[in-house]
Amino acid sequence: MLLAFALALVFAAEARAGAELSGRLHGESRWFPQSGAHPGQRAQASGFVAAPKLYLADAEGRSLAFAPFLRYDHSDARRTHADLREAYLLLFGELGDGEWELRVGVDQVFWGVTESQHLVDIINQVDLVEHPAGEAKLGQPMIYLTWSSDWGVLEILGLPYHRARTFPGRTGRLRLPLVVADEQVEYEEERHVDFAARYSHSLGLLDVGVSAFDGTSREPALNLISDASGEPVLGQYYAQIRQFGLDAQLTVGSWLYKLEAIQRAGARNLSGREEGYVAAVVGGEYTFYSVFGSATDLSLLGEWNWDSRGRNATPSRSPNTLENDLFCAARLAFNDVQSSEIVASVLGDVDRATRALAVALERRLAERWSAHLEAIYLRDIDPADIHYQTRRDSFIDLSLVYYF
Amino acid sequence: MMLFCALGLLILACLAHAATPEEIGLKIAQDARAREQGFGNVAAQQIMVLRNKHGQESRRQLRVQVLEVPDDGDKSLFVFAEPRDVAGTALLIHAHREKADEQWLYLPALKRVKRISSSNRSGSFMGSEFAYEDLTAEAVEKFTYRYLRDEPCGDLTCTVSERVPVDEKSGYSRQVVWRDQDALRVWKVEYYDRKNAHLKTLTLGHYQQYLERYWRAGEMTMENHLTGKSTVLTWTDFQFQTDLDERDFTRTGLKRAR
Repeated sequence: MLLAFALALVFAAEARAGAELSGRLHGESRWFPQSGAHPGQRAQASGFVAAPKLYLADAEGRSLAFAPFLRYDHSDARRTHADLREAYLLLFGELGDGEWELRVGVDQVFWGVTESQHLVDIINQVDLVEHPAGEAKLGQPMIYLTWSSDWGVLEILGLPYHRARTFPGRTGRLRLPLVVADEQVEYEEERHVDFAARYSHSLGLLDVGVSAFDGTSREPALNLISDASGEPVLGQYYAQIRQFGLDAQLTVGSWLYKLEAIQRAGARNLSGREEGYVAAVVGGEYTFYSVFGSATDLSLLGEWNWDSRGRNATPSRSPNTLENDLFCAARLAFNDVQSSEIVASVLGDVDRATRALAVALERRLAERWSAHLEAIYLRDIDPADIHYQTRRDSFIDLSLVYYF
Repeated sequence: MMLFCALGLLILACLAHAATPEEIGLKIAQDARAREQGFGNVAAQQIMVLRNKHGQESRRQLRVQVLEVPDDGDKSLFVFAEPRDVAGTALLIHAHREKADEQWLYLPALKRVKRISSSNRSGSFMGSEFAYEDLTAEAVEKFTYRYLRDEPCGDLTCTVSERVPVDEKSGYSRQVVWRDQDALRVWKVEYYDRKNAHLKTLTLGHYQQYLERYWRAGEMTMENHLTGKSTVLTWTDFQFQTDLDERDFTRTGLKRAR
């Protein structure tokens, strides 16, 4: 880290043109119309986020990025948190017909193609307190080497440090009856250096990737334990796993056909026993361009989520388990000056009545201001589902974002 | 000199006599392409000012890089700087003459590279009056041509040709293009929609020559006659034959683009 900052100074002195400070500030308010299912839960969560990013580059494109993240939430102390999303040094150069790229430090990596969940995406821990959909991720320390050429792209990562997942506190919503402790984290192997690799290629209409991960799971098993004052809490336990992943997308005309599949060994299932499993998401997306004689594009998405463990499947990110679940969504992109967009979706269990409905609206208000409105409605949550515990946590969320 | 001119006119007359309007139209497009060949690569800055019929303005700023690919469509990279909410978003296009283009979008907030459909030819680019198909390089093969007439345009003489998009996903039934006879620079394009209504007019100006060969317009104004909206696209900082190469136009390069 010190080395990085020493380099930062050198870069800054050398390259006047390549320094940029950007980022966003946003105020957010989340209302939960129903009272919580668990004692102590509040009806509202308001706060703000500061996410600046400093970027320095020299004339050759070698660069440094530094992006801290801070959220303040006035109703849940556990949702108030700081993180380092990015802090890396990026170098690259020629290698034969292709090139190499090296990122050293804290960064985020996204692998995969589907929308309803990200099975293959395994490098970063989920920052779950940000949003129950689990799209926000914590920064991950890494040594990340990419080698690419005509034959495709090979990525190799060494991950020397594990981040524990963030969970809501006692006053927070979208949680289990017991709070998940953030201090008592147990590992099958302490200080394990994890490895991951992915080979991907773009072959005309097909974009395909195969990946492997060997190391500490990003998904905790939760065990009943006592905290320092003797209260029962849930402790996080991270097992050693080995995962193979496949992601593929076929782009034909206005159709996108998508597939993600994983095979994982060493993971704990919902009843706490070790069980290897296979899980997959398969689906498609079709876009109607310029509908209703306007500039508006309408996209329809459908994805089926499956897990070989069935009812013993664990919720990988969101409170939902996705052992046999259908996801359907429609997106209206108005292509107007304000980049207005509406996304409506339903995630539903095929065998049970459980449904999660979501509507999100986004619109630019001025050059630097945007508004984001979202409503999530949890309906007919089956008592046998793990997220029965969040059945009263439907919410409306309004964010006002300033970009600089 | 007089003799040469006369000879030139004679040859032109002979050619015109022999060739159909379709052949002349195609010849003009091919000649224009020949003049463009060999540029290697180019980088430039774009500023777009979007204006609605009430005169309200909105600004877009982006960086564009283009790599010439011999015997195929060019590769281009667009990196957005403004509006700030999309800053860092980048679009990579591998255009092809015969098959469908390939497009990838980089979303910096998620660090996600998404392969996207290239079917959206007629959609608005960033809410502007330019459609994607108006901004990507015009491969000769993507149209059929018909020479219409010659007429004065400003101090120059222009050839006026009609071109019809081959792609059925194009938003246009036809386009009418004014090119000057000297350097085959485009000065005006009229776009006709699928109902053959005069939808938009593009006027180009502030031409400058680079490397003593390649002409580039500094300003392009697109007016939409149906909505009364317009977009002024200003190009600055043209740099030809920089050290850009294949590696800058890959999925890996896309993640690094700033």
